[in-house]
Amino acid sequence: MRNAAKPLLEVNNLQMHFPVRGGFFRRKIGEVKAVDGVTLSINKGETLGLVGESGCGKSTTGRSILRLLQPTAGQVLLEGEDITSVKGKKLWDIRKDMQMVFQDPYASLNPMQMVGNIVGEPIRNYYPKKKSEEIKQEVADLLKRVGLPEEAYYKYAHEFSGGQRQRIGIARALALKPKLIIADEPVSALDVSVQSQVLNLLNELQDEFQLTYLFIAHDLSVVKHMSNRIGVMYLGQIVEIADKGSIYENPLHPYTQALISAVPDASKVGEKRDRIVLEGDVPSPENPPTGCPFHTRCPKAIDKCSTIKPPLKEVKPGQQVACVLYDESLLKS
Amino acid sequence: MREVSNSQAILEVKNLESAFMIEGEEYNAVDGVSFQVQPGKVVGVVGESGCGKSVMSLSIMGLLPKGIGKVAGGEIIFDGKHLEQLPDQKMNKIRGKEISMIFQEPMTSLNPVFTIGYQLEEVLHNHFKISKEEATKKIIQLLDAVGISRPNKIIKDYPHQLSGGMRQRVMIAMAIACQPKLLIADEPTTALDVTVQAQILELLQDIQRKNDMSIIFITHDLGVVAESCHEVIVMYAGRIVEKASVERLFKGPKHPYTKLLMGAIPRLDETVDELETIEGIVPTLTKMPSVGCRFANRCPQAMKECVEVTPQLKEEESNHEVACLLYEASRPEEEVSR
Ligand SMILES: Nc1ncnc2c1ncn2[C@@H]1O[C@H](COP(=O)(O)OP(=O)(O)OP(=O)(O)O)[C@@H](O)[C@H]1O
Ligand SMILES: Nc1ncnc2c1ncn2[C@@H]1O[C@H](COP(=O)(O)OP(=O)(O)OP(=O)(O)O)[C@@H](O)[C@H]1O
Ligand SMILES: [Mg+2]
Ligand SMILES: [Mg+2]
Repeated sequence: MRNAAKPLLEVNNLQMHFPVRGGFFRRKIGEVKAVDGVTLSINKGETLGLVGESGCGKSTTGRSILRLLQPTAGQVLLEGEDITSVKGKKLWDIRKDMQMVFQDPYASLNPMQMVGNIVGEPIRNYYPKKKSEEIKQEVADLLKRVGLPEEAYYKYAHEFSGGQRQRIGIARALALKPKLIIADEPVSALDVSVQSQVLNLLNELQDEFQLTYLFIAHDLSVVKHMSNRIGVMYLGQIVEIADKGSIYENPLHPYTQALISAVPDASKVGEKRDRIVLEGDVPSPENPPTGCPFHTRCPKAIDKCSTIKPPLKEVKPGQQVACVLYDESLLKS
Repeated sequence: MREVSNSQAILEVKNLESAFMIEGEEYNAVDGVSFQVQPGKVVGVVGESGCGKSVMSLSIMGLLPKGIGKVAGGEIIFDGKHLEQLPDQKMNKIRGKEISMIFQEPMTSLNPVFTIGYQLEEVLHNHFKISKEEATKKIIQLLDAVGISRPNKIIKDYPHQLSGGMRQRVMIAMAIACQPKLLIADEPTTALDVTVQAQILELLQDIQRKNDMSIIFITHDLGVVAESCHEVIVMYAGRIVEKASVERLFKGPKHPYTKLLMGAIPRLDETVDELETIEGIVPTLTKMPSVGCRFANRCPQAMKECVEVTPQLKEEESNHEVACLLYEASRPEEEVSR
């Protein structure tokens, strides 16, 4: 089902390094390489899932794509247009096409504002000439569409449950009819029963509005359910990216293999599984290992891995892996 | 030596009621819960947020907030002793030594101003008369057992210097320091990444087998239950709605709530277009229906009797109990009218 059309979003070798300051003059004494060379693309109407352990740079990737952060290096293309360093009016225009849904529905909504205003605010900002009656109708339609009661318009966010607040956040993200939605852990704070409601809603909306999602989560079952393709991140890099079937049934990168085998599986009642249990902790992005970022914990690491940083390479159709073991030329070198 | 009792269970909870005072009135957050934990077995407890899982564990530990919450009825029999009648002083001796608990967020139970070594030493000194040298030796052994490398260094560290996974390991070291007979683990891995979760689960299983310890494992992750528990209790709104061996529960869940819960969670081994949803929310304590099934208002299979008759937990098959009128219908008439 590969789409020959141009991807909606292309990200090339994206880097986001945060300075670490210290000492009396708050001089720069180091760098956190939160995102260190991410390359990915998402086709229109597709969902790309992004998984990886806490701190591997998922949120920073999302925020850099949206230009909430100014990337240190690399390129972000939206519909073929380079938006990496656009500024001012142009940036403002582009932001309309890309929206974010956040993890914490509590923190991301202004408690002092009526829900109707929260959802209507982006419309008012972008279309100041629009009649308030018209905006009100649009907002009412949006609230209805995400499954909130009509009265919700005049209530405040704190009067709603977690799942309902997430619906408010989704309605707000939809208000400007964006092309791309970056959902950063949109259901992690929700209870299982509510989580499934929100996931179903996101899927329905995608079909209805032709939305493209970058879906960030650490729960692999949730990501699999939502995505067409999945990118696996480790220490600021994508180590494998492929269609979801390959990621789950035939993972190639040793890290992906460990990650998949770590997921507890409700179908394996009482069975002892051959789990790949990783040793040690994720290294600090302030002081990442040389060579392959995963080599310090990799059960299959060879000598080369500590010196060679393997690039992402297509190993099978649609499956890209960054690992020396699958790279003939590096293996021989 | 264990006291002679007709039950082999290490823990027997009978008709437990735990109540909170809310605006001058008592409300039961745990309402008539009964179950047993056999020695060396792991019992999983699942249910949505607010179902009373934590309140139940705090009740067993005697840790309900004083003046606000209390055990209002029922019995908690641990190793032959009635915990619900035990004075604080005696309970303190049992807690941490014979029964211990690990919490979801390790920072709530680690004190940020003391070193890891100091905090572990405290646990040991509370329950044993040992010298400082012996204690240090024991602590190093413990940290080693929970897979912490360089324990000599870690004992001098403060909690914030450790990663989440390491803090959870320290918590486990503390909890098993006195080789308890029963460990209550309340969402011990929820805050952790899957790879770290896998390490911790493996560790718990290992210790459980080595020490022949019993565990009450509270989690919302059915995958974790499937892999690490022998028996499962499904709670809803302060009551047990289903109880079974893990094999039976996953092969054939009976209660509509359990079925929905299972269908609501995406699974790695299956692909579905749409997940099950459970409309509505768990009622708050002050809004609990006093009669009838508490799940009735959200249950797609509810019948009109469901709001009138309170279903009792009954054995449907061996090792499989369910509290639902759908199953009572097939039972003899007189049982239903109870
Ligand atoms: N504004 C910032 N300044 C400095 N460092 C930052 C900043 N934002 C993030 N980082 C660091 O960058 C790294 C990646 O963080 P990020 O939030 O992107 O991870 P994540 O994959 O989203 O993790 P999680 O699953 O916990 O949300 C972390 O080490 C984090 O501490
Ligand atoms: N200190 C308290 N005062 C009043 N009510 C309380 C208190 N602690 C818990 N409750 C109530 O008791 C009920 C059961 O709460 P409990 O914490 O046991 O739920 P839980 O099943 O552990 O949920 P979670 O999965 O979110 O941890 C809830 O309705 C909760 O609001
Ligand atoms: Mg994040
Ligand atoms: Mg709890």
